[in-house]
Amino acid sequence: MNKDMKKVDIIFSSDCSAIDVLDKALAKSQDDIILEIIDSGLKGRGGAGFPTGLKWKFTKNEDSPVKYVICNADEGEPGTFKDREILDRVPEKIFAGMAIAGYAIGAKEGYIYLRGEYNFLLPSLQKKLDVFNGQMKDRGFDYTIYFKSGSGAYICGEESALFESMEGKRGEPRNKPPYPTVAGYNSKPTCINNVETLVYVTMIQKMGVDSFKSLGTHDSRGSKVFSVSGDCTNPGIYELELGMKLNQFVDEFGDGDAKAIQVGGASGHCVPRKDFNDTIIGFEGIPTGGSMMIFNSSRSMYNVLHNYLDFFVEESCGQCTPCRVGCQQLLKGIEAVKKGEKKPAYLDELKKLALTMKVSAKCGLGQSVANPFISIVDNFKEEIIY
Amino acid sequence: MSSTEALIKELVGKYGKSRNSLMPVLQGVVAKDRFLSEDAMLTIAEELDLSAAEVYGTASFYTFLDTVPRGKNVVRVCKTISCYMKGKDEIISALESALKIKIGETTHDKQFTLLTANCLGWCHKGPVMLINDDVYYDLTPDTAVAAIEKYIESTRKN
Repeated sequence: MNKDMKKVDIIFSSDCSAIDVLDKALAKSQDDIILEIIDSGLKGRGGAGFPTGLKWKFTKNEDSPVKYVICNADEGEPGTFKDREILDRVPEKIFAGMAIAGYAIGAKEGYIYLRGEYNFLLPSLQKKLDVFNGQMKDRGFDYTIYFKSGSGAYICGEESALFESMEGKRGEPRNKPPYPTVAGYNSKPTCINNVETLVYVTMIQKMGVDSFKSLGTHDSRGSKVFSVSGDCTNPGIYELELGMKLNQFVDEFGDGDAKAIQVGGASGHCVPRKDFNDTIIGFEGIPTGGSMMIFNSSRSMYNVLHNYLDFFVEESCGQCTPCRVGCQQLLKGIEAVKKGEKKPAYLDELKKLALTMKVSAKCGLGQSVANPFISIVDNFKEEIIY
Repeated sequence: MSSTEALIKELVGKYGKSRNSLMPVLQGVVAKDRFLSEDAMLTIAEELDLSAAEVYGTASFYTFLDTVPRGKNVVRVCKTISCYMKGKDEIISALESALKIKIGETTHDKQFTLLTANCLGWCHKGPVMLINDDVYYDLTPDTAVAAIEKYIESTRKN
């Protein structure tokens, strides 16, 4: 099932007092809030799409005097810039979402892990946070939010690497299980959500579960903020109802000459023009953290893939061999094929390597390199070889 | 006591003597000195009661926590896909000739270091660069060089 593309205005809507929404939520029971979030069908907006309400339920069910809420603001996926806009324009809605999460799971502390590249936002955000923390204190609600900064490591957007970083360590992902809901930051039960997810929590409290559910499809409830860039007429941030087909998206945003869309950033999938009609944007089709990069016919897909692999080589944490060596070998491999040092059939060997990384890498970074690699090599083989 | 040592003591006082304070302490030193010297890392290790290897291990992991000397102003030009498509190479060339250094180098007067960075999160407004914490987007070779010149002036005034 797909839906026609529709622009909506929920995340950035101005008619919402975040603190009033929090008051409304605090009047409900913890279980009621969690049931509402489960019922809303809200899934994580960072890209992985785990059901938010279940994450909260698991964290609440853990028997621990100390629990944490963490807002993952380590937005680093190439082509994604929506969290920066949200942080800049409606930070109070993020704070309220974190406070609602804290109330629901029984946490007293919340942390926003802000990527170092967004440090320029910090002075004004801290002022707004101080006000919000004060408002919570005035209400006798025992919950405080703090900022933590990153220092330029893409991998720290991976939840367990983020905890390591907050604990003063190298940002190297942990083995799972245990999952964060059991042992996250400081090995305590931790509920970690993306910036946008937390704003939708606030907005679901504001607008009601039913009106949120009326948007999107069965598998992809609600709307989503998209970061649109590349060869398009109006690059920027757009909030769209989930479940549209890619051809509608291209008609609206493309420059009329789109040959491929990279859905979900460097770690996402490249969809060629011939598949625009059959591709649904959502969890039933291609899920995305919001990054939509459009390439027109003037672009070399070899250069695009080379740029992505160069990115992964630099950002791989180096901890596990499949990712550390695999990224380097994929990059060297396409360079060798391009130069004619290896035969075109070598691309099949490289695809096997990418698939091996998908099953053997320790975290999502190494596992997802196969997405762009295989989708670009399969659909644009001539451009890689010649 | 050197000024960096005093800063480290101040930062440890502010964030607390625990491993969890390591990142903000390292970040605080880099914000002022632009890099972490061996002496700074040894002092941090001592103040936080960690081994120097642990401190170096953490510091050397992060792109923004430099362990080699940097200029007073660190320029990072985004090289990821959208900025690449919008002409980051021209921006880098213009900055290299204006500063008379190549990517990865620092000017002789120690005022500027020129680096590339992975996605800075401004894909709709590329090419983009950071000078220290400040963002400059929708760059052209001319506006990129003009941005640098502002820092030359403010450096002279100091």
